[in-house]
Amino acid sequence: MAEAIQIQVNGEQRGCRADATVGDLLRELAIKIERVAVELNLEILDRKDFDHRSLKQGDRVEILSFIGGGV
Amino acid sequence: MTDDRLIIAGREFKSRLWVGTGKYKDFAETKKAIEASGADVVTVAVRRVNITDHSKENLLDYLDPKKYIILPNTAGCYNVEDAVRYARLARAAGVSDLIKLEVLGDERTLFPDTAGLIEAAKILIKEGFIVLPYTNDDPIVAQKLVDIGCPVVMPLAAPIGSGLGIRNPYNLKIIMEMIKVPIIVDAGVGTASDAAFAMELGADAVLMNTAIAGAQDPIAMAEAMKYAVYAGRLAYKAGRIPRKLYATASSPIEGML
Repeated sequence: MAEAIQIQVNGEQRGCRADATVGDLLRELAIKIERVAVELNLEILDRKDFDHRSLKQGDRVEILSFIGGGV
Repeated sequence: MTDDRLIIAGREFKSRLWVGTGKYKDFAETKKAIEASGADVVTVAVRRVNITDHSKENLLDYLDPKKYIILPNTAGCYNVEDAVRYARLARAAGVSDLIKLEVLGDERTLFPDTAGLIEAAKILIKEGFIVLPYTNDDPIVAQKLVDIGCPVVMPLAAPIGSGLGIRNPYNLKIIMEMIKVPIIVDAGVGTASDAAFAMELGADAVLMNTAIAGAQDPIAMAEAMKYAVYAGRLAYKAGRIPRKLYATASSPIEGML
């Protein structure tokens, strides 16, 4: 069992497994990967890389999606 | 008007009314209003996913991206850096290179920062985006946006959400005459006659949100806007009569007693 690390997701601190990937985090949060964009430390990730990018202590993750908006 | 198609950057658009998806009571109302409007382009914003409430539904569960062209915006961005960041995020979240670019200059008026807009548009066009810029009713800025590669220009009619209607028809008319790409009047429409007026001036399309979503009956207003845009377009194509100060009788004098 890997030890826990602290990361920031959408501005909130949370713990996560030290060997977790971005894909693992999205699954844990029950977020469908279609139509979300993920920024890892200000770098926008390609959807196909979600399962290859592992998280490190202090990482800042932003998960965004489309909402109602207009003009 | 079956062959009266709106084509932007090689893409064909069926409807000349484009609508936003903000400010509705719920997603069900959003969906009904958009269906009533007949619009095939819907604008959306890009925001953080709610990671604590998984029960929250997603807008795109209600708006089938196969049926609608989803046009993400950079609303809420007040500088070039943020607008470019949101545009890139929108592309990463979505399926296309379309971006409705907004670089706002002031919170009270939501008027565009046109210098920032041009700068952000240049960066995004270089990255392969199809930039649809929300701009002021300034013909010179409109021409600059075209010169750097925007396939459409979207001048405001009045401040966003103000419902004041077409405040400067003469500037809009000049833009429509000067600019050789489609012009979409974006923001400021209050009611159906405003939308018809924009189209009669020669706009290629009208984009609105609050005028529909904020109406007492949004679904009925969406339908009204559909007809207004259609009527305005027909009238523009038909060619209105010149304005004259004095009367011209419609009934002949000949044959009178």
